[in-house]
Amino acid sequence: MRPRLVLLLLPLLAVAACKRQDMYTQDRSQTWDRNAFFANGTSMRHPVAGTVARVAPNPPAAAPATIDAALLARGQERFGIFCTPCHGRAGNGEGMIVQRGFTHPPSFVEGKLRQAKTQVFYDAITNGYGAMYSFADRLSPADRWAVIAYIRALQLSQNADVASLPAEDRAQLEASARQEAAK
Amino acid sequence: MLRLYLLAGAGGLLAVGLLLFGLSHSNYVGNVGIAPAQPVPFSHKHHSGELGIDCRNCHQQVEALATAGLPPTHTCMTCHSEIWAGSPMLAPVRDSLANNEPLHWTRVNRLPDYAYFNHSIHVTKGVGCSSCHGAMNEEQLTYAAQSFKMEFCLSCHRAPENFVRPQNEIWNMQWKPPADQATVGAALVKDYHIAGPERLSDCSICHR
Repeated sequence: MRPRLVLLLLPLLAVAACKRQDMYTQDRSQTWDRNAFFANGTSMRHPVAGTVARVAPNPPAAAPATIDAALLARGQERFGIFCTPCHGRAGNGEGMIVQRGFTHPPSFVEGKLRQAKTQVFYDAITNGYGAMYSFADRLSPADRWAVIAYIRALQLSQNADVASLPAEDRAQLEASARQEAAK
Repeated sequence: MLRLYLLAGAGGLLAVGLLLFGLSHSNYVGNVGIAPAQPVPFSHKHHSGELGIDCRNCHQQVEALATAGLPPTHTCMTCHSEIWAGSPMLAPVRDSLANNEPLHWTRVNRLPDYAYFNHSIHVTKGVGCSSCHGAMNEEQLTYAAQSFKMEFCLSCHRAPENFVRPQNEIWNMQWKPPADQATVGAALVKDYHIAGPERLSDCSICHR
C-alpha cells in the first residue's frame, strides 16, 4: 500500500514547475533599469565630461521657406501639447496652470507680441524667458518653427474680422454662435 | 484501492492546476491595480484628467522611441518652480533638480526581458494608450492595468481590427470601440498598413 500513497504527492510536482524562467530577467542593462554598478544607480548614462560631439545633436534649423497646412497642423499639435498649459488654446495666456497661480505670460494675440519678430519666439522656446523654462529638450528646431507658424495663425484668427471670412466659414461660425446662445 | 488512489491523485492534480491557473491570472500575482510606493505620490488623475495636460507633455519620446520615456526633473519643475513650490511633498523633486540626481521611481509596468516592445510603432499605428494602460486619467496613484501576459498581446496581434483607432483618438483615455468597429477597424488596418495576423503573431515580432 505504502508506495501508492506516493501517488497523492504527485500534484506537488506541478508546483515544482512554477519557478519563473531564468530568461525573464537577463544579465543586461536596459533603459530605465536600476544599476548598482554606477554611483547614481541608473543604467542610462550621460556622456563623460569633456565629450565633444562629432555632429551637434540638435543643430539650429533655418525658418521654413514655405508655410503649408502640414506645418501648421504639426504646430497646432505641438502647441497643444507643450504651450497650452500656460498660454491657453487661444494663445491669450489664460492656460490651466496660469489659472492655478503660475505667472501670467503675455498674450500672443494682443499687445506688443503681435508685432514681435519671429526670432523672439524662437529664442524664448530655445532658452526660456522669465518664468518659462527652456523647451529646447521638448521641441526640436523644426518643431519650434512649426509652433511659431501656429502662433502667427492664432494672432491672425483671434483678431480676424467676421466679415473677412469666406461665406462657408461664416455660416459655420454663426451656426455655432446660435447653438451657444440657445444653451 | 489502487483506483481510488489514482482518482484522488488525478483530482488533486486538477485542483492544483486550477488553483495555479487562478493564481497566475490573479491581479495579485500579476501586480494589477496595485500602486507601489513612489518617491513622490504623483497623480495621473490630477495632471492628465483634471488639468488636461497631454500625455506627450511628459512622455515626449512615445511617438519616436521604444520607450515612452519618463520626464526629466526639468519637465516637472517647468510648472512646479512656481506651483506648490514650497510643498514638502515635492521636496524630492526640488532636491533632484538641485543635486542633478534623477528621481528613482519604482517601475509599474514590466515586460520579460525576452519581449521587445516598442511604443512608437503602436501609437503611430492605431493603438491608443488606454488599450494597454487603462484610463490613466482616472488613476490617483499609478498602477498597472494589465499583467501583460502573452495572451493579452496576442489578442490584438491576432485581430488588430478589433482594437485599432483613428489617429486623433490615440490619446483619448475613454475610447471604446464604436458600434461599427468591424468595418472601421478593417479600414484602419489597411490605412495603417498593418500586416496580417499570420505575420503579426510570428514569434520574432516580439522575441528576438
